[in-house]
Amino acid sequence: MKELKFISAGKQNDKNTASCCSAEKKNLISEASAIKDTCCCTENSKLPEWITGAAETPVGKACKVSTAWSLADHWGQIKSRTSGFRMKYSVKPGLYAAGNPDKDSDVLVSANYKLSFDILRRSLQGMNVWILVLDTNGINVWCAAGKGTFGTNELVNRVQEVQLNKIVNHNRLIVPQLGAVGVNARSVQKITGFRVCFGPVYAKDIPAYISSGYKKTEEMRTIRFTMADRLILTPMEINPALKKFPLYALIVLLIFGLKPSGIFFRDAWSGGMPFLFLGLISVFAGALATPVLLPFVPFRSFALKGWIAGMLAAFFTIQSSGIIHQGNIILLIVACLFFPLATSYIALQFTGSTTFTGMSGVNKELRAGIPIYITGVAISLILLIVFKLGEWGIL
Amino acid sequence: MKYLSDVTTLKLLPEKCTGCGRCVEVCPHGVFKLSDKKASVTDRDLCMECGACAVNCEFGAISVNSGVGCAAAIINSMLYGGEPSCGCDGNKKSADCC
Ligand code: SF4
Ligand code: SF4
Repeated sequence: MKELKFISAGKQNDKNTASCCSAEKKNLISEASAIKDTCCCTENSKLPEWITGAAETPVGKACKVSTAWSLADHWGQIKSRTSGFRMKYSVKPGLYAAGNPDKDSDVLVSANYKLSFDILRRSLQGMNVWILVLDTNGINVWCAAGKGTFGTNELVNRVQEVQLNKIVNHNRLIVPQLGAVGVNARSVQKITGFRVCFGPVYAKDIPAYISSGYKKTEEMRTIRFTMADRLILTPMEINPALKKFPLYALIVLLIFGLKPSGIFFRDAWSGGMPFLFLGLISVFAGALATPVLLPFVPFRSFALKGWIAGMLAAFFTIQSSGIIHQGNIILLIVACLFFPLATSYIALQFTGSTTFTGMSGVNKELRAGIPIYITGVAISLILLIVFKLGEWGIL
Repeated sequence: MKYLSDVTTLKLLPEKCTGCGRCVEVCPHGVFKLSDKKASVTDRDLCMECGACAVNCEFGAISVNSGVGCAAAIINSMLYGGEPSCGCDGNKKSADCC
């Protein structure tokens, strides 16, 4: 029913159709482009479920969005949190409507990363507001603000492009607080006349923020980093680390399988297996355990946190499984040297995802850490060579 | 949670501050507080050098050397030169903050 109304609403505006859509599914598409270019040309040329209709504005129509998530939205969240899918998960920039906004309704600014947009609209149940989606190349507000794509220029251009001054008769723009890195409120006001209010950090606080007369409590403006937040980020730590694992495995198997008379698969496996297993343990200690248990692992340095996690993991694995023969002192030393350093390095990568680490700190850690990592790997290799020479009876 | 102590490049020049309160509004770590129409720093170690405060203080009272605190990005810039930029995949930060 809704769909039908939607389509007929679009037909009246058929003359706007020309620009950007393929000829197929004429009705739906003409509808879509009628909506002021906001939501036409979605990838598969049909309107997504979350668009529920069109809202009238003095200068055309805007897509109305649902404040509920469909199954597809949930699935999209899972895919974008675990894979490269998030790099192409975007919505078309422009003006959208939640509820039935009018001239006095607030304008919320968002990024065109679909997940950011979804989280925003989900928190707008029962509200009548405009959503102004900026083109951030499908990147979330915070990352985009850091790069400058969620920024003063894009905001100014988008405000002018949708003719926001004709759509609302107030001059208030609510920009997510984490967008402040890229948005110079003063410049936006100078150019567009719109006054930027930096809203709460989390979309879920928007209703309370608006109903309290745009006042933020300390909690609303503080970013958190709970265990759940950290856990949800770990797939993106584990995946890249595991991608390097095959190369590591190849090197290990080569080292252990190598004999003066050739490469022996049986030796490669029996000798290399403990190192493969410990390598896997290191990945999970650095990319899963350290992030999740972050505040409970001693020290503030991520490299040290990772080293401790790696040392404990390697120690207990070796102790409990006895996979490295206790008598084999060289291999034992290599394991205790190499794996904690590997974990430390992997844990250090997590600084890219946290909400509280700064550039100067990471720089300091790297300057101190990299020489240690390189030395550690070099010593491990030398010891392995010594071990091999001993095995071959040369030493 | 705090990161390394005493590494932030954040600087506040109280004599330029007019007490407008923007810095308090934008800082996600509560680094600033306003008292008697002047901003002051609560705990420097909470600062993650995002730069939001410096961008939005129109009186030039704040400076900070901001950039991405991301090991992969910094290593890349060490290896290949150039500014560290979060080419580390975008969208890594917890996207829940809308
Ligand atoms: S934004 Fe600048 S002028 Fe305003 S309170 Fe903060 S330091 Fe002072
Ligand atoms: S740089 Fe960011 S974290 Fe540091 S004080 Fe300024 S706004 Fe707060």
